[in-house]
Amino acid sequence: MSYFERMDAFHMDILKEIGNIGAGHAATALSKLLNKKIEMTIPDVRIISFDEMMDIVGGADNVVAAVFLRIEGDAPGNMFFVLSIEQAERFIQQMIGDEQFKLEQDCSELSLSALQELGNILAGSYLSSLSDFTHLNLYPSVPALSIDMIGAILSYGLIEMSRVGDHVIVVDTAIHEEHQPDDRVNGHFFLLPDPESFHIIFRALGVEHDE
Amino acid sequence: MMSEIVQVVKVGIADMNVVKAPHVIRTCGLGSCVGVVVYDLAKEVAGMAHVMLPDSSLAKSENMNVAKYADTAIEELVRRVIGAGGRNGHLKAKMAGGAQMFQFRTGTTDMMRIGPRNVEAVREQLQRFRIPIVAEDVGGSSGRTIEFHPKTGMLLIRTVNQGVREM
Repeated sequence: MSYFERMDAFHMDILKEIGNIGAGHAATALSKLLNKKIEMTIPDVRIISFDEMMDIVGGADNVVAAVFLRIEGDAPGNMFFVLSIEQAERFIQQMIGDEQFKLEQDCSELSLSALQELGNILAGSYLSSLSDFTHLNLYPSVPALSIDMIGAILSYGLIEMSRVGDHVIVVDTAIHEEHQPDDRVNGHFFLLPDPESFHIIFRALGVEHDE
Repeated sequence: MMSEIVQVVKVGIADMNVVKAPHVIRTCGLGSCVGVVVYDLAKEVAGMAHVMLPDSSLAKSENMNVAKYADTAIEELVRRVIGAGGRNGHLKAKMAGGAQMFQFRTGTTDMMRIGPRNVEAVREQLQRFRIPIVAEDVGGSSGRTIEFHPKTGMLLIRTVNQGVREM
């Protein structure tokens, strides 16, 4: 745990603010895109085990739709936009204008590409606001979409972190579409900076962080 | 002791465990990770590891989790299965996982190829201990949940699109 012992409450607050700004911009973009009100939770910054990370989204074999981007540049890391299958269907229905659309029956190129583009826009706005805020150069990779077990998907974001320990620092912001009958959280943004990126982010914001 | 109730022993990410019949052992959501089972069928004992990385030389920390790396995990798994009654020379292995969940057109780093590298590393380590691989389901681009039954030596593999298969 030695790596994480250097993180104090102040550092966690900074990461929380990063999540707030990033996901705030992304939620606004989503709201504009769909012409719907999107609500966002206060970001949660946690140091958790790999298994606990899977539990946030319903356990390792829960099936989700996820867009994954690798962040390159000054502070490399990974970003995931994770949606429940029902929420992904609703977003696709709204974007392609077909209210009958179901992911199980029709995984057409168009619908998947719409979802991928949605992820691209949202993650792009998350990252560009983060880049503006920190004055760091951050470049997103081309987004990759996967509809599969969450454990299989998220483990890609844990590889770099797993080389330094058995825990991960995750900046988690949940979004929720207004006026949905279920008040469950329907989407998550996960920002998982590589271990080396934390002190780069803190330094860019003028905060000391012993390395 | 009442042993009629079948327990499902769970193996987390970068974790391992050993189980005896009638109990079964399971790990969920394998992507690039490899789930490897080492078992002695006659003794009805099996161990499972959820391997995340191919080699412990990738570790950047001093206190290391042996279950995480193929080289250290197989060694420890064999030790534990033998400790629970398995016999050297009678051990067999089955494995699944090592998928490539995301296909990137550009900039495929070594880390993105982690699935195939994990599979190769596990295979090498099993060979080192002369444990034959009697069945495997590796590669592809789907997540897998696996469950092993030490009594029958059956490995159940569940994927999202293909349902459950036995092997």
